[in-house]
Amino acid sequence: MDVQLSVNQDQHPITVDTRETLLDTLREQLDLTGAKKGCDHGQCGACTVLVDGRRVKSCLALTVTMDDREITTVEGLADGDTPHPLQAGFIEHDAFQCGYCTPGQLCSSVGMLAEFAAGWPSVVTPDVSAAPHLDEGEIRERMSGNLCRCGAYVNIVAAIGQAGR
Amino acid sequence: MTDIQVTSPVRDGVGASAPRPDGTLKVTGEFAYASDLWMDGMLHGATLRSPHPRARILSVDLTGALKLPGVEAVLTHEDVPGAKLYGVDHADQPVLAIDQVRYQGEPIAVVAADHPETARRACALIRVVYEVLEPLTDPRRAALDPSYEKVHAGGNVVRHQPIRVGSVFEADVVVTGEYEVGMQDQAFLGPESGLAVPAEDGGVDLYVATQWLHVDQDQIAPCLGLPPEKVRLTLAGVGGAFGAREDLSMQIHACLLALHTGKPVRIVYGREESFFGHVHRHPALMRYEHGATRDGRLVYVKGEIILDGGAYASSTPAVVGNAASLGVGPYSVPNISLDAYGVYTNNPPCGAMRGFGAVQACFGYESQLDRLAEACGLDPVEVRIRNAISEGSRIATGQIVDMPAPLTSMLEQVRDLPLPEGVSTDLRDLPGGVANSTHGEGIVRGVGYGIGIKNICYSEGFDDFSTARVRLEVIGEEAAVLVHTAAAEVGQGLVTLKAQIARTELGVPNVTIAPADTQVGSAGSSSASRQSYVTGGAVKTACEAVRERLLELAAKKLSHDGLALSGGKIVSVSGIVVASVAEVLGDDVIEETREYRHRATAPMDQLTGQGDAHTQFAFCVHRAVVDVDVELGLVKVVELAAVQDVGKILNPIALEGQIHGGTAQGLGLALMEEIQVAGGLIRNPSFTDYLIPTILDMPPMRLEILENPDPHAPYGLRGAGEPPTLSSTPAIVAAVRAATGKSLMRIPVRPEHITGT
Repeated sequence: MDVQLSVNQDQHPITVDTRETLLDTLREQLDLTGAKKGCDHGQCGACTVLVDGRRVKSCLALTVTMDDREITTVEGLADGDTPHPLQAGFIEHDAFQCGYCTPGQLCSSVGMLAEFAAGWPSVVTPDVSAAPHLDEGEIRERMSGNLCRCGAYVNIVAAIGQAGR
Repeated sequence: MTDIQVTSPVRDGVGASAPRPDGTLKVTGEFAYASDLWMDGMLHGATLRSPHPRARILSVDLTGALKLPGVEAVLTHEDVPGAKLYGVDHADQPVLAIDQVRYQGEPIAVVAADHPETARRACALIRVVYEVLEPLTDPRRAALDPSYEKVHAGGNVVRHQPIRVGSVFEADVVVTGEYEVGMQDQAFLGPESGLAVPAEDGGVDLYVATQWLHVDQDQIAPCLGLPPEKVRLTLAGVGGAFGAREDLSMQIHACLLALHTGKPVRIVYGREESFFGHVHRHPALMRYEHGATRDGRLVYVKGEIILDGGAYASSTPAVVGNAASLGVGPYSVPNISLDAYGVYTNNPPCGAMRGFGAVQACFGYESQLDRLAEACGLDPVEVRIRNAISEGSRIATGQIVDMPAPLTSMLEQVRDLPLPEGVSTDLRDLPGGVANSTHGEGIVRGVGYGIGIKNICYSEGFDDFSTARVRLEVIGEEAAVLVHTAAAEVGQGLVTLKAQIARTELGVPNVTIAPADTQVGSAGSSSASRQSYVTGGAVKTACEAVRERLLELAAKKLSHDGLALSGGKIVSVSGIVVASVAEVLGDDVIEETREYRHRATAPMDQLTGQGDAHTQFAFCVHRAVVDVDVELGLVKVVELAAVQDVGKILNPIALEGQIHGGTAQGLGLALMEEIQVAGGLIRNPSFTDYLIPTILDMPPMRLEILENPDPHAPYGLRGAGEPPTLSSTPAIVAAVRAATGKSLMRIPVRPEHITGT
C-alpha cells in the first residue's frame, strides 16, 4: 500500500505491507534507527515516537495509519545543532547509562510535557480542574510507560523536572 | 616558547562529573547499537530452538526450510567445522544440539535468509522428531541425591565448595531458616544482536554487543576451526548487559552462517527469544543456622546453598565460589560449616548476573541476622554492628581484610539518616495508587536494613588483567590522546573514566576513546565491578609510560634536566612552564601499551574453603522504608537510603547512577522479578509477565558515599556496580517483614505471601 510518510519534516512516499509497524518502517526502510525495539509488544516504551505531537509506541502502530501525519523521532528533536532542552537535560543529569531506552524516554517526555502544558491531568493530579504542577509524582506517573533497566530513574526525574520547569 | 608560570589541573579529569563521550550520540539516536547495524546485501539469521527441556532428537528434516525461496543456509551441528562444544568456563554446551536437548530453547538449527520473516518461516518448516523425556528439575536432588538421573555424563554437581572453620557448633541462641531465591533475568533492553561479515582471508569480522571480546574470540574461533587472529571482534553498541552477555548467544551462529554463505549475516533476537537466549541469575535454595551468645555475638554459622545452574555450566563455578566465600556475609564468625553447590538440571541455564552468588547469599545471611536480632531482643542495626568485620578481620575463607572496612560507621550512618514523613493519608500515595488500594486502613510502614560484601575483580587465582594502548601526538597543533582498550562499555560509563584518567595523567584535555576491538590485548570482562580497577589501572599505567617518554623527549629537545608534567605543561624543577606538550612533541608520536594486573589471588582449599581468594572487598548498606497494604499484599517502597564505600570517587554523577541502578535491580528481585519456571518451561517470557521496576516503583534515594582508599588499588578506588544490588534486596524484604510480621522466606515476595491467602 502506498503511504505518504512525513518524518522529522521530511516526506517519504513509500510502499508498505499493511502489516508493517511504524517501528519497522522507520528502522528498516527509512534508516532511522533511533527508535529502538526492546520488546515489540508495547511493554517497554523504547520505540516511543511522536505522531502529530502525541507520544505513540511505534511498535504497536501500523504504518498504513500514518498517511499524512507528522512523525517526530529522536533524530528530529534537536533544532539543527542545538539540542532539545530535554536532550541537554538528560546529558547534564546523566539520565541514562546504556542509553537504549533513551530515545523513547526523550520522545515520551517531550509528549508528556506537551500534555502537561495543555493542562491534561493525570491520576495523581490533586485538583483535576486546576492547572497541574509538575512535581516528581506527576513525572513518575506520566513516565511509567518507559522502562529503564539500568535504573537511571532518579536522574530521569531530575532531567525532566529541570526541562519542564 | 610559552612562559606561563601557572598551571592548573586539567578539566574533566579524575574526580569530576565529566560528561560521557558517547552521551550526545545516545540522546540524538545516532549511537549504533548492535541491532542497528546494517550492510547492503546482508542476510538475516534465525534460530530454531527446542520446545522441550529434555528430549532425544530422533531426526531433523531440513527439506522444507531449504526449499523456501530466499533461504540461503540451514545449518545444524553437522555443519560446525571445528569444536562442537563451547563454554565461558568449560566447554560443555553444543553450538547446535547434538542428538539431545537439555533445556527449553536450546538451539538446534540456524537459518540465513534474505528477510528476518523468511528466516523465521524457514525455522518453522524444519521438522524435528523428539523423544520427549521427563526433565530433571530438582536442584536439591541434583546436588545431594546420587541416584538422581544425570543431565551430563560427568554427574550433576558442577561444583561443591565447602567452608570449614572451627569446631564449636553449639550456642545459647540458635536461629534457623530456609530461604529461596527465584530466577531473576538481567532483562537488558537491547536484545542479543550482532553482525558477522566474512573476510577475504577466510576469516570473519564480528560486530557484537558483548561484555568481553577476547573470551568470545577464544570460544568462537575453535568452533569455526579458525585461528583466533582470523576471528576479529569489534564491540557494537551495548544496550545493557548486567552479566547476561558474558556467555555467547548468537556469536558462533552468525559467524557460521556468514562463512557458509559468504555474505554478511545479522542476527537480532526478539524479547521472547532473549529470555531463552541468555543465562539468568541462579535460583537458590538456602538453609542457615546461626548460633550466638545471648547478647547477639555470632558463635557459629551452618549453611547450605544450592544454586541451580540449569543445563550448562556457564559461570556456575565462580558463582559457587562467591556464594561459599561470602556466604556468612561481612561478619566475624569463629566457626563455620557451609556447603555451596552448583548443579546441572534441565532448567534454563544460569550464569552471571550483577553480584552473582553474593546476591543470593546476602538475602540468606541478612534474613538470619534479623532473626537473630529478634531472638536476642536487639535492634537490627545493633546486631550487625556487634558482628561486623573491620579492617584486619578475617572473612570465612580466612583471608584478612587488608583494606578499610568501616561497616560499623556505615551502619550507624544509614540508621541516623532522616526518615521520610509518616504514612500518607493521600490515596494517591498508597501502595497500588488510587486504582488498586484500600482506603488506607490496612497500610503499615516498615523499616529494614541490609548490608553486603562483594568481591571485586576475578578471584580464586584467575590471571585477571587488562591491556591499554595510549597514543600521544599533535593533531591540528593541539596535543591529543588516543586510548585504545578492548574493554566493553555496557552503559557503566567506562569510556568516560578512561578519558578522565588519561586527562589527569597526561594533562591533555583532548582525549579520544578508540572503539573496543580485538586488535589490542584483552581487557577482561565488564563484570565483577572490575573495569574501573583493572582497565582503569591499565590506562593509568600506559599513560605513565607515555609521560615518562614525553619527559625524556622534552629533556632531549629542550636540553633541560629535572622536567615534570604539570597541568598539561612541561615545567622545570622550580615550576616554571618551559614548553607545552604540543611544542615538545612536534611531529613525534608516543605510543605505549601496558598490561595491568591486580595482586594475585589464590584458589580456595577444596575441603575447607580457606585461601586468599579475593583481591578486594566492597561494601554497601541499605535502609529501606516501605508501606505495605497488608490486606491486599501490595508494597510501595517509600525511600531507599544507601551508604557505600567506594575508596575514591572517579566520577560522582556516574557513580550515583551505578548505585541507583544496582539498587533498582535489587528492588526488582525483592518484590517483582522472577522467571516462572515449571517443569523446566519458562512461563513468562515477556515484559507483560516478567516485571521490572518502572519509574513509579523506584523511590527517591538518599546516598552517602565514602572514600576510604584501598591502598592496593589504582587511585584507591573500589569497584562499585555490584554492591548495591546485594543489600537493597534484604533491606526491602526486612522492611516488609517489619510491617507485616510475616517470615517471607522467599523472594520475590508475592502479594499472597503477605496476605497469607
